[in-house]
Amino acid sequence: MMNVKKIKSLLNKKTVGIAGCGGLGSNCAATLARIGVGKLIIADFDAIDASNLNRQYFFWEQIGQQKVFALADNIHYIDPEVEVIPHDMKLGPAEIISVFAECDIIVEAFDLAEMKQMIIETVSTEFPDKPLIIGNGMAGWGYSNSIKAEKLGKNIYVCGDGKSEISKILPPLAPRVGIVAHMQANTALNILLGNTNEDAL
Amino acid sequence: MNITLNNRPDTFEEESLTFEELIKKKNFTFKLIVTKLNGILVRKEERNETLIKDGDDVMVLHLVSGG
Repeated sequence: MMNVKKIKSLLNKKTVGIAGCGGLGSNCAATLARIGVGKLIIADFDAIDASNLNRQYFFWEQIGQQKVFALADNIHYIDPEVEVIPHDMKLGPAEIISVFAECDIIVEAFDLAEMKQMIIETVSTEFPDKPLIIGNGMAGWGYSNSIKAEKLGKNIYVCGDGKSEISKILPPLAPRVGIVAHMQANTALNILLGNTNEDAL
Repeated sequence: MNITLNNRPDTFEEESLTFEELIKKKNFTFKLIVTKLNGILVRKEERNETLIKDGDDVMVLHLVSGG
């Protein structure tokens, strides 16, 4: 067992990459900052819209700002000692390889399934040993117990219910998006503390 | 053949199947999937000629939008 001081000293040396700063990425990053992960590399191309505030870790006054810079500010309010490297860019395979090369773990936090597929294929090919934590299926409300964490293969971890796709009648909302974002953070924490055992997910 | 499909044991009458055949057999009709065989990524265009045999570890991950 470890105490808080020991946990923080271990996490302080770690770097986590977060691909996307929407509902999953912004909440996951804030949580990882709170527990003391030393360095967060965050990437997104989008600006904050009022409609994002129903689930994303931003505030009314930040509407219109680029998400990466607003999230870097918010992380700074949580813990100014966390180093944040913001990349205001759209991620493709080449960018993922260059931006996240130094990360101990990559958290996938895109919205589109096509982008999720792209990052899994890129990381599996380029960084086959790097843990990649996917968020997959979190639209709507209720059904908390359908959301789970699974390990697939050597390096892929999947958090979500695996089926609830967003649509006009099944929007992404703070509670379930938050559950998955925090499940991704919990999975990252577990791996960073040296536990990759499937039974401990 | 006996394989592991998404961490669970699964049995097929055939001695081997291509990835494409396995996907059809299991009714995985999802639009967006990522496939791996024994930990190695199998791209969409490779699924027709990739053979799954007894003892293989197969992953088929269905991806849905949202985040």
